[in-house]
Amino acid sequence: MAARTFTINDQLVSGREGETILEAARENGIYIPTLCHLDGVTSVGACRMCLVEIEGSRTLRPACVTQVVEGMVVHTDTERLRNYRRIIIELLFAERNHICAVCVANGHCELQNLAIAIGMDHVRFDYAFPVCEVDISHGRFGIDHNRCVLCTRCVRVCDEVEGVHTWDIAGRGADARVITDMRQPWGESTSCTSCGKCLLACPTGAIFRRGATVSEMERDPTKIAFIVAARDQRW
Amino acid sequence: MSFLDLDEWLFELARHVELVYSPLADIKAYPEHVDVALVEGAVANADNLHLIRQVRERTRTLIAFGDCAVTGNVTALRNPLGAPGPILQTLYVERADMSGQIPDAPGIVPALLGRVLPVHAVVPVDLYLPGCPPPAPRIRAALEQILAGGEVLLAGREMIKFG
Repeated sequence: MAARTFTINDQLVSGREGETILEAARENGIYIPTLCHLDGVTSVGACRMCLVEIEGSRTLRPACVTQVVEGMVVHTDTERLRNYRRIIIELLFAERNHICAVCVANGHCELQNLAIAIGMDHVRFDYAFPVCEVDISHGRFGIDHNRCVLCTRCVRVCDEVEGVHTWDIAGRGADARVITDMRQPWGESTSCTSCGKCLLACPTGAIFRRGATVSEMERDPTKIAFIVAARDQRW
Repeated sequence: MSFLDLDEWLFELARHVELVYSPLADIKAYPEHVDVALVEGAVANADNLHLIRQVRERTRTLIAFGDCAVTGNVTALRNPLGAPGPILQTLYVERADMSGQIPDAPGIVPALLGRVLPVHAVVPVDLYLPGCPPPAPRIRAALEQILAGGEVLLAGREMIKFG
């Protein structure tokens, strides 16, 4: 596969043809923040955390779905990007009811980690305080929509890795929700195999193990990539 | 309680400050010309609203102290449920064990605001100290920087993690 040589943050790097900026950056030890990206499933560029500046490009581009081009000049950590990333994180906090103090994922949450990394000490936007449901109809897992950031990692891992597609998105804008089957209670879903991959994939405390209390939901999303890689080797 | 976890450093702090107002000290009115105020809790009722405006007027550096002050936190859990009237009706009347009634004592029990608000939604805030509660080392780091004068910088997991 042909090599592509280009620049990230004034550092000369090489990537493979067809590779994304995010993959090339990681291989070269350059950090780009991500939220909806999950190793092992397709990237969708939904959360916009990984937006980067490319010289000569009028718009910012999501690093997780933008392929490397020979000679491109990429900036991943400019004042403008840091400002946008903080706004994105603040809007996510304002959009639903994220109460870290009583959350199962407190201390092990990707949203919380991003807020710390971006230096968020308060949210400048008015909180929306939407009415969100908690579905604990499933015997082993629960979904708390108050904590969902609509990253769709559960949707993709269920579809692509488990091959079931129990999860999907319904509604638009502020009314958008992840749903199970035809928007019926999770416990009544006939397609769900109770594999727990959505639980592994969830970056916040939205999908949780029933019975888990504050700070108890620790999980390892890299297990998804491990499963995918193991299958590739076997078949 | 987390403030008391500052332990012996409280003696050091006492050498530099004069405590002029606290919910635990018997001081009736918020004084004028205060240098620093640590404001705990969100703005939930008419009394909170009155006091926070007074505090802002009479204080140079106002610190939102803890998640409730910074975000509303658990105290804002009622916000998605709408206006306080129906909530009080449910809690104090419909689900009362014995003959329930909504507390009504003008001048004694302050009226709830329509929504619980973080402090910075009501008055300008100079410094945010998240945490539920903010751990003692975080409080100390902030106060030491304030005592030293100059700009206060809080960054990283130990300083600005919520929850």
